[in-house]
Amino acid sequence: MKIPVQIALVAAMAAASAGAMAAGSLQMNSLASSCANCHGTNGVAQPGMESLAGKPKDDLLKKMMDFKSGKKPATIMHQLSKGYTDEQLEQLAAHFAAMPK
Amino acid sequence: MLRRQFIHSVGVGSALGATGLLSGCATPSGKGPKVVVVGGGYGGATAAKYIRMWSDYGIQVTLVEPSASFISCPISNLVLGGTKAMSDITTPYDNLSKRHGVTLVRDMVTSIDADKRMVKLAAGGELPYDRLILSPGVDFMWEALPGMDAAGAKDKVLHAWKAGAQTVALRKQLEAMPDGGVYALSIPLAPYRCPPGPYERACQIANYFSKAKPKSKVLILDANDDVTSKGPLFKKAWADRYAGIVEYRSKHTVSEVDASTNTLKFEFNDNVRANVLNVIPPMRAGEIAVKTGLATANKRWCEVDFLTFESKAAKNIHVLGDSIQIAPAMPKSGHMANQHGKTCAAAVVALLTGAELNSMPVYNNTCYSFVSDEDAVHVASVHRYDAEKKTMVTVAGSGGVSGAASELEGRYALAWAQNIWADTLA
Repeated sequence: MKIPVQIALVAAMAAASAGAMAAGSLQMNSLASSCANCHGTNGVAQPGMESLAGKPKDDLLKKMMDFKSGKKPATIMHQLSKGYTDEQLEQLAAHFAAMPK
Repeated sequence: MLRRQFIHSVGVGSALGATGLLSGCATPSGKGPKVVVVGGGYGGATAAKYIRMWSDYGIQVTLVEPSASFISCPISNLVLGGTKAMSDITTPYDNLSKRHGVTLVRDMVTSIDADKRMVKLAAGGELPYDRLILSPGVDFMWEALPGMDAAGAKDKVLHAWKAGAQTVALRKQLEAMPDGGVYALSIPLAPYRCPPGPYERACQIANYFSKAKPKSKVLILDANDDVTSKGPLFKKAWADRYAGIVEYRSKHTVSEVDASTNTLKFEFNDNVRANVLNVIPPMRAGEIAVKTGLATANKRWCEVDFLTFESKAAKNIHVLGDSIQIAPAMPKSGHMANQHGKTCAAAVVALLTGAELNSMPVYNNTCYSFVSDEDAVHVASVHRYDAEKKTMVTVAGSGGVSGAASELEGRYALAWAQNIWADTLA
């Protein structure tokens, strides 16, 4: 369950461009853990739900923005994505992209 | 002082330490700060696991929980309906110790000395702490239900509102009930644990009756003015799927229970006699929180600082889950307790290591209810900290309920359960 230092550093660099919240920080971990109830601890899901860990950042962000705008139909993600700012969604995409699969 | 000792004990430099993600040769050394978590439900177990993870295994965590396994309240209504078994909702605690190094103590905490930072265990012995996390769930206000103190009453009139032995016993009562019988479900005034839970239970038992004993009835006796959660969706399910089986009556506050004749008496309504009585009592914070003096809201619920979940009545003691005085529109749910656990875990790690506290927690609630054995509906909300109001508020424009019940959401509901059990316990 530990995150290797190299990956933490990659995550830190990825997040540096995304906003003020540093990857690996308690703030970022805390924000991202609000997805874990359904998408698994550190984004690695149990069967029947989509894993987020290690997915390309751009794909994750586009999907969440499309849920938020209503472009992509959903049962629940259109309602949840509207609760997060665009900046938070970008931070989340960068965070999960940097997580090991 | 504490922080210096901690960083020394896990052997990392201040550069990494300052970020709060302490990497390196962390091994449980018997040094390092001590956190004691009381109660291994959705709130406590999650907090225990995440404090270990986010301190890079530098903070020592002891979880005090009397049960050998976690039994989930969510999905337990499907056991009552007969489509799931107890084994489907039961998860052992051992991964918390094996994978995360949480020390499991199978016991109850009987008292807390907040000055000495020490808890006493029922079996004897004491545990010292730097930070204490209480996640004791709810206890029942039996004094509000005259008659339930009669000999044998609590064994006959069940609540099954804490999944476990009572879930099994209520299922047996339903199986033994003759076709043409009446099952009556009494719901207390909100707030109570799991707002939509009673209405889902009515659906599950009606689904069972419709197949196994179709002349039987489910009678819902609700103290509230109306269905408290997902009202239109539940009412549609009762009308479309269980017409002639489910009857809903609002504003029915139980004033007395006569277990010998299976009769409920009400403040303003006629008595109701049923073959099976299922009375969900009014509830308050878990007993250990109440007797420690933390239940400062109406002597029922514990007020907390929503940035840290630290009690407003006692320093270094945090309270999570169903025991807290909720923020506006925040349900008492397992999903929410899990989110409390993680928010509190981040705060406790920050407080014990000197890292920066998260000043803007954001989290969500997702709650599925099955209206049949396959179809489910949901309610969802997103909550963020409001620094001016110093509480959690729902994010405008977010959240909502299902348009209609669906089999797809039924599959998501079961996947949700598998994921939150793993997030909490694995």
